[in-house]
Amino acid sequence: MCLGIPGKVVDVEEGPLRVGRVAFGDVVKEVSLVFVPDAAPGDFVVVHAGTGIEVIDEAKALRVFETLRLMEEP
Amino acid sequence: MRFLDEYRDPVAAGKWVAAIRALVTRPWNIMEVCGGQTHSIVRFGIDELLPPSIRLIHGPGCPVCVTPVELIDKAVAIAARPEVIFCSFGDMLRVPGSASDLFRVKSLGGDVRIVYSPLDAVKVAEENPGRKVVFFAVGFETTAPANALAVAEAHRRGLGNFSVLVSHVLVPPALEAVLSAPGRIVDGLLAAGHVCAVMGTEEYPPIALRHRVPIVVTAFEPLDLLEGIHMVVKQLEEGRHEVENQYHRLVRAGGNRPAQDLVKEVFRVKDRAWRGIGTIPMSGLGLREDYAAFDAEGIFEVEGVGGPESPDCRSGLVLQGLLKPTECPAFGTTCTPDNPLGATMVSNEGACAAYYRYRRHSQEPAHGV
Ligand code: SF4
Repeated sequence: MCLGIPGKVVDVEEGPLRVGRVAFGDVVKEVSLVFVPDAAPGDFVVVHAGTGIEVIDEAKALRVFETLRLMEEP
Repeated sequence: MRFLDEYRDPVAAGKWVAAIRALVTRPWNIMEVCGGQTHSIVRFGIDELLPPSIRLIHGPGCPVCVTPVELIDKAVAIAARPEVIFCSFGDMLRVPGSASDLFRVKSLGGDVRIVYSPLDAVKVAEENPGRKVVFFAVGFETTAPANALAVAEAHRRGLGNFSVLVSHVLVPPALEAVLSAPGRIVDGLLAAGHVCAVMGTEEYPPIALRHRVPIVVTAFEPLDLLEGIHMVVKQLEEGRHEVENQYHRLVRAGGNRPAQDLVKEVFRVKDRAWRGIGTIPMSGLGLREDYAAFDAEGIFEVEGVGGPESPDCRSGLVLQGLLKPTECPAFGTTCTPDNPLGATMVSNEGACAAYYRYRRHSQEPAHGV
């Protein structure tokens, strides 16, 4: 249950549950995006139990690699 | 898959391991809180890559594992009723109650259905107005928003045949319990990334301060875990005990407000028994008065249902990091995923299940401190 996985928002239908289609690799699932009101097609969201819990910040996502590169510099 | 594969790069992992080695001057015990992290650690062998002076201790972060045995018995009693459609996440089905489990109820003809989302159970209720649909709402702060949403949605649609059997637990009070235990061996913590994505990080500074432990909010992939461990070790070596966030690509300090608001609207905090561990004050969620009509425990009058735990299962010690699964005499002999004595052997986040799946065949060297 805590194994939330990141998926890419394909489309969103506005409504009380804000249901969107989210692609996890080749598997596409219907997910409620009501808790991530700004999530738009193309965004990556982490999904738990069929509900998006947060949007991945793509710029910050690269930072782990940046930290590694900086550590390697003398 | 994006945001997964790049965090599994073995070359980068080797660099993190070297960086950790360069930092360590003495032994440290680091607890990863979440069972999802435990599975990643065991699956990718991260504990075996680390210098022997860094010991990883598996924490209590498996909601399936800590669901009390009497609640499994209540689930079994409710699911066996002919008028009930019992919906659950898949990994609850083999969790042993005192005498039976949901899988057995299903094989005996009970209408037990595996769903992917609690909203699917709401849909089942709408499609079956003549039946009573019960969803087993198990989880930590990560699934609480989805479960709150299902209850609120059933309320909005005016469904009188939908209810939830609630087994919700909260992470910070469990950490308090682990850190306050006499003879504590934990020096630093990797906090559960997705719990913090929902709840934010504001609950943690008082815990770090009170117990003088560094807490690093950490994600689940190998590079994330190694970076989180590096951050904890750095703090320990420098004598600091602060809250830091390794998972900044997802976790904001305030967490997800809309999710928190709905959880607060539907649930209230209450005392809670943890399987194998005992009652931890204010460590669980129950439905608020306004939503009492959706409480399966009230509807089906299962008060008093519940038998004892298997006396051979040591999962309480495993969940507190005091025993390794492989040190349990029943591990792999009288206790296997097909024939489990405890929930930690069947849950996707259970430590015994992780060791059974990934370590059964390896002669694991003793991990000296
Ligand atoms: S191996 Fe089985 S009996 Fe032993 S602690 Fe784990 S679940 Fe319980």
